[in-house]
Amino acid sequence: MTEGSMGNDVSPGDPAPAATAGRVRGQRMRAALRAVGMLPVLIILCILIQLACIHYTGQGRFMTVQNLSIMAQQASINIVLAAGMTFVILTGGIDLSVGSILASAAMVGMIVSKQYGLIGVPAALLTGLMFGAANGALIAYIRLPPFIVTLGSLTAVRGFARLVGDDLTVFDPNLSFAFVGNKSLILIPGLISIPWLVVIAFLTVVVCWLILKRTVLGVHIYAVGGNENAARLSGVKVAGVLMFVYAASGLLSGLGGVMQAARLYAANGLQIGQSYELDAIAAVILGGTSFVGGIGSIWGTLVGSLIIAVLSNGLILLGVSDVWQYIIKGAVIIGAVTLDRYRLGNGSVRI
Amino acid sequence: MSTSADPTPLLEMRRISKTFSSVHALTDVSLTVYPGEVHILMGENGAGKSTLMKVLAGAFPADPGSEILIGGRPAGIVDPLSAKSAGVAIIYQELALAPNLTVLENIYLGREPRRGPMIDRSRMSSGAETLAKLGASFGPETLVSDLSIAERQLVEIARAIDAKSRILVMDEPTTALSSRETERLFELVARLKAEGLAIIYITHRMAEVYELADRVSVLRDGRYVGTLVGEDIKPEKIVHMMVGRDLSSFYKKAHSGFSAGKVMLDVSNLSDGRRVKNGGFQLHQGEVLGLAGLVGAGRTELARLIYAAEPRAAGTVKLDGREMRFRGPKQATDNGVVYLTEDRKGHGLFLDMSVGDNVNLQVMERDSKWGGWLHRRRGRQRTAHSIRTLAIRVSGPDADVGSLSGGNQQKVLLSRLLETQPKVLLLDEPTRGVDVGAKSEIYRIIDDLAGAGVAVLVISSELPEIVGICDRVVVMREGVTVGEVGGHSGVPITEQSIMALATGVELSQRVA
Repeated sequence: MTEGSMGNDVSPGDPAPAATAGRVRGQRMRAALRAVGMLPVLIILCILIQLACIHYTGQGRFMTVQNLSIMAQQASINIVLAAGMTFVILTGGIDLSVGSILASAAMVGMIVSKQYGLIGVPAALLTGLMFGAANGALIAYIRLPPFIVTLGSLTAVRGFARLVGDDLTVFDPNLSFAFVGNKSLILIPGLISIPWLVVIAFLTVVVCWLILKRTVLGVHIYAVGGNENAARLSGVKVAGVLMFVYAASGLLSGLGGVMQAARLYAANGLQIGQSYELDAIAAVILGGTSFVGGIGSIWGTLVGSLIIAVLSNGLILLGVSDVWQYIIKGAVIIGAVTLDRYRLGNGSVRI
Repeated sequence: MSTSADPTPLLEMRRISKTFSSVHALTDVSLTVYPGEVHILMGENGAGKSTLMKVLAGAFPADPGSEILIGGRPAGIVDPLSAKSAGVAIIYQELALAPNLTVLENIYLGREPRRGPMIDRSRMSSGAETLAKLGASFGPETLVSDLSIAERQLVEIARAIDAKSRILVMDEPTTALSSRETERLFELVARLKAEGLAIIYITHRMAEVYELADRVSVLRDGRYVGTLVGEDIKPEKIVHMMVGRDLSSFYKKAHSGFSAGKVMLDVSNLSDGRRVKNGGFQLHQGEVLGLAGLVGAGRTELARLIYAAEPRAAGTVKLDGREMRFRGPKQATDNGVVYLTEDRKGHGLFLDMSVGDNVNLQVMERDSKWGGWLHRRRGRQRTAHSIRTLAIRVSGPDADVGSLSGGNQQKVLLSRLLETQPKVLLLDEPTRGVDVGAKSEIYRIIDDLAGAGVAVLVISSELPEIVGICDRVVVMREGVTVGEVGGHSGVPITEQSIMALATGVELSQRVA
């Protein structure tokens, strides 16, 4: 019912020169709605899962500091991937290769780290950046469709991940950067500490937000997604912008690889990061970013990632079987986006 | 407004109101249209013409109490499909064709003749006949994406006629047409009228009103102002009804003209190897130079070549005496040459972005700090300055550009260019789809810019506009700049002298 009452206040585009005050209010509401996006859904979901936990298990196991911390760690990798995906989708593109790039970066990171310790981290990041840049070059300069390019690299880069490890699992109990996945940033000893995974995810979101809202590049990303022809005529270097978004998505996939490997002390080129691209895309879309580009925000993506994490975690706590988890997750994603379309669609009739 | 001699009206719209969440787009509007008449609907952008027509087309329902009668009976229009079967066809400003399909497929789109589940192509022949009757120069199997805007419009008209529509709404059909194409369209309208169709014709052009109108109805701020018939159709009356005040001087030419300035832009033998074969002219500081010609003559392409939006095949561009080879629009902008597109929504604005971002887009890189960090304060200043100096009517700098009227959108686009402090302005159809009030404001802006020493090139298909604001006119035909009127040429700038050059009729006589 929260959605309904908010939706009514959204005013249409531009019916008459009169009623400017109403229009201003409508625009503010719409801007606020866009920024907040699915936050109400996230909150309602949390409440429902907590109530269900109390009802079925007799204790509210969901809303505990410990569980929320675990959940945030589980969400962190998807947040990082989805942040990169937000850049890409804002330009009207898609990156299907993030899971495979994550796997390759994790493998390279593990292998390099065995010999050279912490150098493994920049090696993994560089691996991600290079694959992302390769995607970007094909899309920006040879003008191939993003879906097809990244569909190809989804497969090819997965092959590379298996190749570098001779198709075996690389295991390293003394992994040099293991603290990333298992230690916390201690703010007040014994009282407040934040897992490094969460810190990294949050910093990624903040940096992406600064890029999108405070830099020329950010405005150009929105411009390319909103109207590529107009962007080109206005002197925006469209190819450069596309190059950046895919390279950034690759780099963040590399970062995701570091985080994943650090959590597991291991990496397997075949298994790691499988179908991560789907969760990342789902998070971006749940976050209210338009699939055709030009509209969206990084905070929406954060909320979208959290919805997915809350749902996975809550269903496990409730003891729902693995099979049903898939079905429910899929249905919630479609349902939430439908709700969003209905809510915003009603108000935004354009004349 | 109707006399006893009138036949029964074909369409009666009574007490139409339309409210969008407490905003009144239409209040109590009535419109009566008779068979065999051209009923012109006028009003500034935002006056409610398009909303009224969208109600008629079933695009959205009117408020309770509104009535639509067709042939004296309630039309029962609830959605686009029921409007179509009631005999209403609309040709929108934004053409609604599928570019990837053929002309014939588009004519039958949504009502394909079938045999079982299959399309029955053998019964699609009437579309080809209709097309031939309209004098189309292209075949029914042509892909729509290969057609010009004028040709696409013809396809839309053919679609409406082939669907046996009785009420045809044309929303500014001539904005993208050349004079010759316009004439052909008028002949067509006359023929459709003779066949008993009722035509509702939306336009901003006074010349079309004289040519076509049986009646003229005017809307203002979502209300019906009145209807003029016969002798009463006079421009002063219409303008007065539309704006509620008099427009003292429509065109403004107060700047001193071309003779005052040095040559700012010198274009010679420019060619893209396709549409532009040989473009050449000189543009002086403080001058408004017209670039006229039929649609398809290569005017837009020539301007885009100068702006380096397209690759150049041959020729030279000199800016202030120095030869330039811009690598792209950005470099052209940095050197003081900017281009206003004719396609405001397709190639100009970012409709989902704010007025502020749209105004600043071309200068934000120049303004930025530390290599790419937005200078937000300067951006806000620029936006406020633009809104003030160009009198853009907008609720605030954060409003979406898509929510503005056509005239205000055009001013936003214009201010994006002006913020770059250009030396040379290439304006392509600067008043297309803009209402009368905003038109005269844009003329004033152009005049002020020329007065301030900017070299302005104006491409326009509206000859009265060219004649009204330009100091000199260069004419293009089939990709070649064929001549010049005004200035030192000794030929006065008139619609006739321009058309003679544009069509090549008089030229051959002069050579002989």
